[in-house]
Amino acid sequence: MNAPSLASPPPSTGGWKLERVSRPSPTAQVLVPVFSILAALTVGCLIMWAAGENPFTVYRTMFDGAFGSSYQRSETLVKTIPLLLTGLGVSVAFRMQLWNIGAEGQFYFGAIFATWVALYGLPDAGPWVVIPGMMVAGMVGGALWAAIPGVLRGYAGVNETITSLMLNYVAILFASWLVHGPWKNPVGFGFPGTVVFAPATYLPTWGTTRVHLGLAFGLVAAVLLFFVLQRTRWGYEIAVTGHSERVARYAGMATARNIVVVMLVSGALAGLAGMSELAGIGHSLQRELSPGYGYTAIIVAWLGRLNPFGIILVAFLLASLLVGGEQIQLSLGLPSAIAPMLQGVILFFLLGGDLLTRYRVVRITAAGAAS
Amino acid sequence: MSDAFTIGFLTSVLAAAMVSGAAILYAALGEVLAERSGVLNLGVEGMMLMGALGGFAVCYWTGSAELGVLGAIGVGSLMATIHAVLTVSFRANQVVSGLALTIFGGGLSAYLGAGLVGEPAPDRFSRLDIPLLGDLPGIGNILFNQNALVYLAYIVVPLLWWFIYRTRPGLNLRAVGESPATADAMGLDIVRLRYRYVILGGAFAGLGGGVISLATNPGWSENVTAGRGWIAVALVIFGTWNPARVAAGAFLFGAVEAGQFRLQGINVPVSSFFLNMLPYLFTIVVLVFSTPSTSRLRIGQPAALGQPYVREER
Repeated sequence: MNAPSLASPPPSTGGWKLERVSRPSPTAQVLVPVFSILAALTVGCLIMWAAGENPFTVYRTMFDGAFGSSYQRSETLVKTIPLLLTGLGVSVAFRMQLWNIGAEGQFYFGAIFATWVALYGLPDAGPWVVIPGMMVAGMVGGALWAAIPGVLRGYAGVNETITSLMLNYVAILFASWLVHGPWKNPVGFGFPGTVVFAPATYLPTWGTTRVHLGLAFGLVAAVLLFFVLQRTRWGYEIAVTGHSERVARYAGMATARNIVVVMLVSGALAGLAGMSELAGIGHSLQRELSPGYGYTAIIVAWLGRLNPFGIILVAFLLASLLVGGEQIQLSLGLPSAIAPMLQGVILFFLLGGDLLTRYRVVRITAAGAAS
Repeated sequence: MSDAFTIGFLTSVLAAAMVSGAAILYAALGEVLAERSGVLNLGVEGMMLMGALGGFAVCYWTGSAELGVLGAIGVGSLMATIHAVLTVSFRANQVVSGLALTIFGGGLSAYLGAGLVGEPAPDRFSRLDIPLLGDLPGIGNILFNQNALVYLAYIVVPLLWWFIYRTRPGLNLRAVGESPATADAMGLDIVRLRYRYVILGGAFAGLGGGVISLATNPGWSENVTAGRGWIAVALVIFGTWNPARVAAGAFLFGAVEAGQFRLQGINVPVSSFFLNMLPYLFTIVVLVFSTPSTSRLRIGQPAALGQPYVREER
């Protein structure tokens, strides 16, 4: 059997062929993600059914876990925050075809810098001083960590995908060393982690829920990013460089510098995510601060079509998947890894379906090839 | 420290390097094949994880580590098929498709393997001392007192080198990765060849995962590869897409990994967290020094790497 071959030449009479469209159709842009999610849920059904589970019970539990009560809906919003910020960060780099997959490490470095401000930099300051201080520190921490792959790629051409990913492991090991060693809570009963921060560092929350100010950071960042990308010279340069680095260079754009700046922005957003998770939820630095938000961010960015507003929506959707995943672990005793598995499948369908946004199917008539 | 201790330490590190390196080596050889055909597959980590799980699961059910290897290879190939369909037939972005494969493989292996965590391995590849050769001082212990999967690599590496550089199908493989339009004009079926080598690459990645779950630390635990799939991707660049150089690099990485564990064993005054960072930091350093613009190693990277081939648009 031959492999399915879409790229092989069409028969000369009758049949179908794919034709590239110059502008992706807006309908396809919306329909493809929606159908990707539906198709992924179907495949998820099959996998769970094959593993001996009742998929409908699982989905029902997931849905109730994410949206069943006002508390559950607020928890979904809580998880939306880190996904939104890291997703926005990843999307800026992806727009430039810069494959920063180091958001996880940048998230941790943001949290590490913010922890330093909370515990050692401004230990006795009031909220109006310490929270902005932590925000700046978090963004600087994430940006510096992202600058390493950025500078290496911009000025030496080193593959940023691998370096940014390797730095995730380094960052997490460094954070683990801090919370097991120099920053360890002396009265933590042997549990690795720093002491709990002073209440002045806590981000304000909404009512009695855990939804914190980080949501506003994310929404503001999305709006700012939208205008910067659409309306400024810099946003235009990112788009051109993403299309063709060579064209950008011939046009006299400082591509190396742009690469570094984009990585700084990308890392700063991930660092801010780490800071807000720390100041809004964790209140102490721990190894378990992120269950892999930086990796989910890749899916958030791509599924949101690298569009800031699309990313808001997708961050919320994938947050519901994460909260639902935790719920099936709690009430059904199933591994929460169902969530990343489904995320992967969604992305597969989206990538496959993208063919329909870039091409259209044309019928070839017997009279001659459709040109 | 006596001299005997140091030499013993060194041979034990180098012997362990062969085993640690073998997992990365197979995965990197697979990636060499896929990239030589022009398809970048960043899903190595996911394919290795699924291979490790598939290998251990088959071994657990059948009680045979040899059948486990077949399971690892089969599962790795299936994973790679997804990538082949998306990137070759559906012309999807190769980077994102590979990332999706890694995320999917991580999630699926954690989900399906949850029941196998901590289960004892009924069988494993243990050391086979080759008579005479194994008794050579130093070298014997390093090279010829290993498990069967390491010995297999001694055959596979020269065979692949010979295949890529000295045979007609190997020439075709290189042609497809360098200039698919030319290869197409020569009458080669680009789609079929790319499918073949992406899937073969997945088989190798699965085998690499199997080395971990069937030989180095038999059993299954979530995320057991710990980034080795990514190190394999880096190794392909370091090895300039040449199986022989990739093998040398894999041995070097194996030595860093093994040395790091041995140093923890003898209580060096450095935190184990920093020792654990070594393979990852080493990968970055190696990448910097093997990047074209810094080292002039232009030869190697297939010219059409990462680009979908569409005859009508060439």
